[in-house]
Amino acid sequence: MIISVASGKGGTGKTTVATNLAVSFGSGCTLLDCDVEEPNAHLFLHPHIDRSETVTTFVPVVDESRCSACRKCADICRFCAITVIGEKVLVFPELCHSCGGCQVVCPENAISDGQRELGVIEWGMGTGVPVIQGRIRVGEAMSPPLIRKVRAAADTEDQIIIDAPPGTSCPVIAAMRGADFILMVTEPTPFGLHDLKLAVGAVQMLGIPCGLVINRADMGDDRVRGYALAERLPILLEIPFDRKIAEAYSCGRMIVEVMPEWKEKFRELLQQIKVEILASSWRRKER
Amino acid sequence: MKIAVTAKGKELSSPVDPRFGRAAHILIVDSETMDFVALDNSGNVNALKGAGIQAATMICEQGAEVLLTGYCGPNAFRTLEAAGIKVGSDTTGTVAEAVDNFKRGAVRFSEAANAEGHW
Repeated sequence: MIISVASGKGGTGKTTVATNLAVSFGSGCTLLDCDVEEPNAHLFLHPHIDRSETVTTFVPVVDESRCSACRKCADICRFCAITVIGEKVLVFPELCHSCGGCQVVCPENAISDGQRELGVIEWGMGTGVPVIQGRIRVGEAMSPPLIRKVRAAADTEDQIIIDAPPGTSCPVIAAMRGADFILMVTEPTPFGLHDLKLAVGAVQMLGIPCGLVINRADMGDDRVRGYALAERLPILLEIPFDRKIAEAYSCGRMIVEVMPEWKEKFRELLQQIKVEILASSWRRKER
Repeated sequence: MKIAVTAKGKELSSPVDPRFGRAAHILIVDSETMDFVALDNSGNVNALKGAGIQAATMICEQGAEVLLTGYCGPNAFRTLEAAGIKVGSDTTGTVAEAVDNFKRGAVRFSEAANAEGHW
């Protein structure tokens, strides 16, 4: 089972929920930090990284002696990563989305496989939880290919919890697509609600069942709850705006470490998620 | 000689558009006769990426030898360099004034991009 913890708005508590959930699950659960632009689950799980692998992606390399400057590669590229100036082919590797179209259309077989480094994948064990995290190369603008590699590195037999990046753009989609459940962490503020709506819209397009965790639940107003009711989104957990939680967070400690009674709440959350997945598959069958 | 000038309109009296890749129009002006064609650059204005590369390829195909514009990013500059097109940056005023300045030898050509790449 894959649970992706997403949010829309940044800073709502994705990592807090993902790490506490993973630790509460016990053995057989892997945490994937797919927020590869700023992975931070390691700050709480403190994994000892024992393996690291560089991840690359395809970029075209042109053999100028074979190239006839026919422009077919430039015409097919939607991202201007390859262009022809007079008789010269110019490649802009950092713009390439690795579709390989240029290679397919080249009538001279002048394009071979080159590589651009995307970042690294790291493996480690932290607080009893296997952690796999991606770290994007500084200067690299495309994170989805690295996110997909992090996801592919996980054992599919395991319970997988994904700490997704914030927002609603390609990186988030890469961290949510194919998941069994999206746990949306939000806060009862106007910003929280605004970005939650956008993120829920994206999840609905993906057709994945979704539920909410309201963090700092006792501040702000009731509009997030109203929205959840109207959209029939189950509120699965509320975490209070508690100084003890904030203090623990600031020291790199999880809620379940300072308030062990929360372990049970996170386990219940997992049970509820399972029920929601079941209910949603029933609803789909009924339709 | 053909001079490419980025412009906010389609006339010689139009103000220079400081953007290169996402300029509204690009005028290709013959510096001897002041005849010109106005290229519609609207396809590039909303391009996801590589607007400068596309615009540079376009003016190269039009036979321009000089580009007068405001800012030019690294990818556009590399493309223009490969095309052998000289770049006069920080251009202001109208298209006609820019071409006049070039003809008087008052344009200094850039050695490098004068704007950061953007994502």
